[in-house]
Amino acid sequence: MLTHLPVLQVIVPLLAAPLCLLLTRSRLVWVFTLIVSGLAFVISGLLLQQVMATGTIIYELGGWDAPWGIEYRIDQLNALLLLIISGVSTVVLMAAHTSIRKEISPDRHSLFYILYLLSLAGMLGIVATADAFNVFVFLEISSLSAYALIALGKDRRALWASYQYLIMGTIGATFILIGIGLMYQMTGTLNMYDLSQRLPGVENTRTLFTAFSFFIVGVCLKLALFPLHLWLPNAYAYAPSIVTAFFAATATKVAIYLLIRFTFSIFGLSFSFTALPLQLLFVVLGLAGVFVASTSAIYQTNIKHLFAYSSIAQVGYMIIGFSVSTVTGLMATLLHMFNHALMKSALFLALGAVMYRFGSVKINDFHGLGRLMPYTMAAIVVGGISLIGVPLTVGFISKWYLLMALIEKGWWPVAVLILIGSLLAVVYVWRLVEVAYFKPPVAGNEAVKEAPLSFLIPIWLLVSANIYFGIDTRLSIQVAQAAAHSLFGVSP
Amino acid sequence: MLIGLYNYWVVVVLMMIGFYIVIANGNLIKKIVGLSIFQTSVFIFYISMAKVDGGTAPILAEGIKQYSNPLPHVLILTAIVVGIATTAVGLALAVRIKEAYGSIEEEEIQAKDNLDC
Repeated sequence: MLTHLPVLQVIVPLLAAPLCLLLTRSRLVWVFTLIVSGLAFVISGLLLQQVMATGTIIYELGGWDAPWGIEYRIDQLNALLLLIISGVSTVVLMAAHTSIRKEISPDRHSLFYILYLLSLAGMLGIVATADAFNVFVFLEISSLSAYALIALGKDRRALWASYQYLIMGTIGATFILIGIGLMYQMTGTLNMYDLSQRLPGVENTRTLFTAFSFFIVGVCLKLALFPLHLWLPNAYAYAPSIVTAFFAATATKVAIYLLIRFTFSIFGLSFSFTALPLQLLFVVLGLAGVFVASTSAIYQTNIKHLFAYSSIAQVGYMIIGFSVSTVTGLMATLLHMFNHALMKSALFLALGAVMYRFGSVKINDFHGLGRLMPYTMAAIVVGGISLIGVPLTVGFISKWYLLMALIEKGWWPVAVLILIGSLLAVVYVWRLVEVAYFKPPVAGNEAVKEAPLSFLIPIWLLVSANIYFGIDTRLSIQVAQAAAHSLFGVSP
Repeated sequence: MLIGLYNYWVVVVLMMIGFYIVIANGNLIKKIVGLSIFQTSVFIFYISMAKVDGGTAPILAEGIKQYSNPLPHVLILTAIVVGIATTAVGLALAVRIKEAYGSIEEEEIQAKDNLDC
């Protein structure tokens, strides 16, 4: 059983999805989905433990050897990502039953859970597989279900957002497909490990440059790197709250994983960063993302929009860490992926609770929220503080490592700009705090009660994780360090 | 050069036509048509690269030494399925958008959204 964990990780949610159709009652489907997601979480925990103890796990699907069969390879990086995805998914699902009762019509509840599980399976698959074409297939599984999930939002703008995401997402995925095709043309293999062995032999060909460019642009579309982020704000703002909480924490992370995997493990560091001026490009786009998105966030009146723009800014930080291309820089990126997943899932889940009580998340609804929904608002404040990067929260840890990486590298101006960027986060978080604690509730809102426990429990689970991993950093740093070292091919 | 790479020229031309329609056209259905053309060009690209000069279909028979590579065909079967699924989801969304907004023109939808804000 233990040896089959890598494939079970993907197969369990994938097979569970159609089974939801048999259970017709909404609550039953919810419990079933929660159990499945919990199971995936347990599996990813076991995988991480196994990887940290014994090193990379290689699993051959159907017992076929690698060049013929498809291989799943789990190393520290994959294990970390699997843990983030399945963990966030499980905690967010706890609130799903309460939340979707208000946001999705009852006849669509089981469809919601099916799509959710498919999307989860897709993301887990992208991370687990070691086959380049398999990546594309799983990417489309998760994306197609994502389009449908977003379209379930009750506002009609959800449909339009979903359509735009579909167009952009499909262009991105097709670019990735072209990139993979060109790589296959040059090497005759789709296995990631074989690719990494054979690509250096054809390093200086125009085909490989083309393959690399297509792949990078495709992935950057998926990870919403500025200026390819246009699909993200509306998609996050109008999707059902649970979907937003899940995707904000995981979807862009998966794309960043692909970027890291292909640039570091497959194309190799020397090709990725010397053949093309990628370092400069990414650091400029990352910074531009931080500033443009943070500034846009300040002017939003829909709070889901606000945090969606903040997500784009956070992606900017991850990309800067990535572009430093040192062990510390990569560690900062990985830590920020882990930490940002904790912050944003907590924040968006709390917004889900506000949505549950008010039916919208406009800035007006936040007037006096500190008194009306004290626990929910406190969670938003802690999440916001973490987003800014105040000590004793996770946000501080990743910003700290990012600054260290930049200073090690001697990029002082970038380090200063990042600190200024964090101040912008102070501005948009403060706007919320100000109206929530210093303004009386808008007329007609005085009677609003605190969110139900089914919301508060998962929200505070995530918030306490934000604080816990901000203080006890052993797990996150140890794993991130091991992953960064293995990507650079040095033993820790 | 021009003749030898005939397939690839077709791929590039189709790809650009499709891509242009997606970007430049405001009609939601036409955008999906463009997207399909764009994806199809990639299918042709995969299939073209599988061709081995003088190779035949990969069937084990006596006297045949050289085979074309069957793997890209298999990959593209999967990609075609994905493409159809994407088109289906896209068209379904277009139907829902028509119901909700009463239009499938990008500009009109955008204008209605701006009114809502």
